[in-house]
Amino acid sequence: MQAEAIDTSSKTELLNLYQQMYLIREFEERAGEMYTRGLIRGFLHLYSGQEAVAVGAISNLEDRDYVVTHYRDHGHALARGMDPKTAMAELFGKATGSSKGKGGSMHLFQASRNFFGGHAIVGGHLPLAAGLALAAQYKKTGGVALCFLGDGSVNEGEFHETMNLAAVWKLPMVFFLENNLYGMGTAVGRVHARGGDFDMAGAPYGLDCTVVDGMDVLAVREATKVALEKARSGAGPAYIEAKTFRFHGHSVADPVKYRTREEEQEWRTKDPISHLGDQLLQLDLTTEQELLEIRESQDEVIREAVKFAQESPEPTDEDLFTDVYA
Amino acid sequence: MPEINIRDALQMGHHEALESDPNVLILGEDIGAYGGAYSVTAGLLDEFGPDRVRDTPISEAAFVGAGIGAAVGGLKPIVEYMNLNFALLAFDQMINIGASLQYMSGGQVSVPIVYRAPTGGGIQLAATHSRSYENWLAAVPGMKVVAPSTPADALGLLRSALSDPNPVLMVEHVLMYQRKGMVPDDHFTVPIGKADIRRPGSDVTIVSYHHAMITAMDVADKLAARDVSAEVIDLRTLRPLDMPMVIASVEKTNRVLLLEENYKTGGIMGEIAAQIQEQAFDYLDGPIARVGAEDVPHPYNRGLEQSMLPSADKALAALSAAYGI
Amino acid sequence: MAVTEVVMPSMGADMVEGAIARWIKIEGDEISRGDILAEVETDKAVVEMEAYGNGILRKVIIGEGVTVPVGQIIAIIADADEDLPDVDAPAAETLAEPESAPVPVAAETAPEPVAAPAAPAGRIKASPVAKKIAAENGIDLASLTGTGPGGRIVKADVEAAVAGKGTPAPAADASAAAPVAPSAPPAALLTEDIPLSGMRKAIARTVIRSKADQPDFWVTVNVEMTAALEARKQFNRSMADIGVRVSVNDMILKAVALSIEKHPKWNMSYTDEKLVAHPNINVGVAIALDQGLMVPAILGCQGKSLRDIAIASKDLGARARSGGLTQEEMTGGTFSVSNLGMFGINEFSAIIFPPQPGILAIGASTPTPVVKDGELAIGNIMKMTLSVDHRVNDGAEGAVFINEIKGFLENPLSMVL
Repeated sequence: MQAEAIDTSSKTELLNLYQQMYLIREFEERAGEMYTRGLIRGFLHLYSGQEAVAVGAISNLEDRDYVVTHYRDHGHALARGMDPKTAMAELFGKATGSSKGKGGSMHLFQASRNFFGGHAIVGGHLPLAAGLALAAQYKKTGGVALCFLGDGSVNEGEFHETMNLAAVWKLPMVFFLENNLYGMGTAVGRVHARGGDFDMAGAPYGLDCTVVDGMDVLAVREATKVALEKARSGAGPAYIEAKTFRFHGHSVADPVKYRTREEEQEWRTKDPISHLGDQLLQLDLTTEQELLEIRESQDEVIREAVKFAQESPEPTDEDLFTDVYA
Repeated sequence: MPEINIRDALQMGHHEALESDPNVLILGEDIGAYGGAYSVTAGLLDEFGPDRVRDTPISEAAFVGAGIGAAVGGLKPIVEYMNLNFALLAFDQMINIGASLQYMSGGQVSVPIVYRAPTGGGIQLAATHSRSYENWLAAVPGMKVVAPSTPADALGLLRSALSDPNPVLMVEHVLMYQRKGMVPDDHFTVPIGKADIRRPGSDVTIVSYHHAMITAMDVADKLAARDVSAEVIDLRTLRPLDMPMVIASVEKTNRVLLLEENYKTGGIMGEIAAQIQEQAFDYLDGPIARVGAEDVPHPYNRGLEQSMLPSADKALAALSAAYGI
Repeated sequence: MAVTEVVMPSMGADMVEGAIARWIKIEGDEISRGDILAEVETDKAVVEMEAYGNGILRKVIIGEGVTVPVGQIIAIIADADEDLPDVDAPAAETLAEPESAPVPVAAETAPEPVAAPAAPAGRIKASPVAKKIAAENGIDLASLTGTGPGGRIVKADVEAAVAGKGTPAPAADASAAAPVAPSAPPAALLTEDIPLSGMRKAIARTVIRSKADQPDFWVTVNVEMTAALEARKQFNRSMADIGVRVSVNDMILKAVALSIEKHPKWNMSYTDEKLVAHPNINVGVAIALDQGLMVPAILGCQGKSLRDIAIASKDLGARARSGGLTQEEMTGGTFSVSNLGMFGINEFSAIIFPPQPGILAIGASTPTPVVKDGELAIGNIMKMTLSVDHRVNDGAEGAVFINEIKGFLENPLSMVL
């Protein structure tokens, strides 16, 4: 979004977007560090670079709305308001984690904030989001299900099945495709019949399709707002594609042989956080000092989160057998 | 109440559920306008409307997953598969989400959904429509699996499933919908996880479920003609198993025949055999006798199909080999 | 600006060690968080390693091509004027997993001996319930004829025998009737070479270094363990309510720790300049894993009661098996104990885990005739052998030290007073 198009009346809100994106970035970088130190195990998929998508889209939501997402889920959880402490503790597998250490990085979950997961089977969570939208529609709550999916989902059956079902039933649902250009190590265009652009992927099912710059938080926010309004009005589901880029590998173990350093550098110049910071400085809505203070305050939040996670107790053997059946 | 069949009992259960709980809805292929592939849901669309009796596209993963999402979102969905064999297309939904979400979220949500699925061989539908996969799902922690063989159990277990906060799969044998039986008038339920002694006896225990129960009762009759008293247990629930009832019976009779329509290899009876030898080894008067389907895909040809399915003759031969009775 | 210790990163939950394939930055380079510091070679791939701190790459501790365990400090980033912590480049071999002598674990955790299988030839076929009823009524199964399939003696056969006989005769020993067990079939010979695992290589490097650098000698004593075994029973009774069980090995660890406190040279290691004192008594415990041997240490034994040591050793063993040991536990031992008693080994000498000054090898505790107060009695004799790095301690010192340990074990109350 061009700087002159920005609504400058809500400085606090704009700075809040900056703060949330930075919080996620710092969370991810520290999580990566803790992984290399062996304190986080399993798989760890970092969201660094994609912050504008989760923050821009989720900033529109109301409490009654649902969020369902893929396994690169830390950003969405934090943007939806999950406490960084319980999120980090979950990555550490601690009893104080958001899911008591039973889900881990790929399966963050907070029902109290209508954040229904982190799901680790590509495309498998789309029907779940449709079901939540069905519940909202059936109970007439006015809620919408915002479902994030990765580019890999486009080639799964659930993508097509769920779009069709949602369209047939006019479910209040927004499909938000985060196209970070690579499904693990495979450039998306290499494995999709129509190449790497999914701008019209919802069209066969009659969904309104929007393309937005995934590195521009304000553009993401605006596009999602329009889609949500449509879904909430009863006109059926909507679809958004955002191109974005993960700054790190697929997971921490990824040697990243499948893309060039030049490509990575080019995307790093589009860093969504500094981009927004620059725009706000340009509009005289903030100062370097104020941005620095925001960053330092968030550094402290994450330091506390890491400390909390490190000091938290491990789950006990009794916990092994709880939560299997209600 | 006069004798009714299993289809009537299930229909009654659906009707009363829709009537008594506004959050109950039914999803499935051809359950509305068509009335259900086996007519279990016939008439419900007219009475309760398309919001609650929802015909779905032929998209098992989508409508099963949507059912799970609706359950998590506060509804009480009943999802009907046209055939349990088609559930293979939605195993990811049932296992990775339906049966796992509660645990993986540390207990933040439960998934109160009921899946129903016709299943079973014997009507010449060949391999893709005849297999019994209920044992696969009974192997998944987080699932409950029930398999009624009488109208009263069908209704009583459906009621229990609908009031259970966990995902429950009810499998219905295609050859048993017209099976009749007495159903109590009062609002009874059949608890999930309780087997039933269909016929008491003292010389041999026969454990079975579902359509194989018909064979089990036939075997018991034939044994009685030879003065051998068989105790027949209908498992009714495959997860959780009612092992105390099975063990108590084996301790009494010292002999056991495990009879199922499923493949012997990997069937639920293999698990039961293992638990019997763990818990009642010193009570066995010989090896555990076991009969199931032969290890081949279901053939279309009637004669071949009958040969691959379990039978009373195979069961009697197994008892003779194990115990000389 | 803080000092950032760069460690060998974990690039996957299954990674235990890695090598520096290439240092991208060199000492003196300015480092910003996110910069690529080096390329790390795992068993799967070469992966870039990022910096997590800002400053100057002040010190590269691990050079290219050297394999070290995850978590090992490999470099230090700090401001130019920052005082660096005293981290020397340890020889890579000592960092890799384990070392010297064989297995440990408490003697009484040894598996029960497995009875030889009955010989198939003369085996009496009887159903489980028939055997049970026969045993309850003193019926000799060999005297019965089975009427079940294949001649199996079934419940009805035994019940008939019970009904037919008056007073039960003493049961014959069924196993006595059985002929001698056939010899086991020859084990299949391995026909293919086995490539060396990282752990196997590390063990080889460590023991070679021990034997090359540490001139060792051995002293052996008999320890009369009757009092220790009795005391252990009492300890366990008194701690039953808190769920702690003390093993014989735990008592040995405690005795070693107490003896080191009295003779602190046994907590020092040799360098060409000096004997290096270690601030804590970290007693290593040799643990046999399927992959090979490791000798993690119980840290800070000087402050630990017998109960604390029992809890710590159980925890250490569990974490050794689950891969949850810290770097300090893996490499920070100051003296070690290796126990082969549960394998019926009477005595052996163990190879010292460099740079430790010694290791104590424990044999089985065996009932043995002893002379007690001038009378012949049955004692429980356990042989233990101390391997000594002669550069640190001499023969007489070894004798004093091993007798100190013996003294604690023969007067176990002295360990808890």
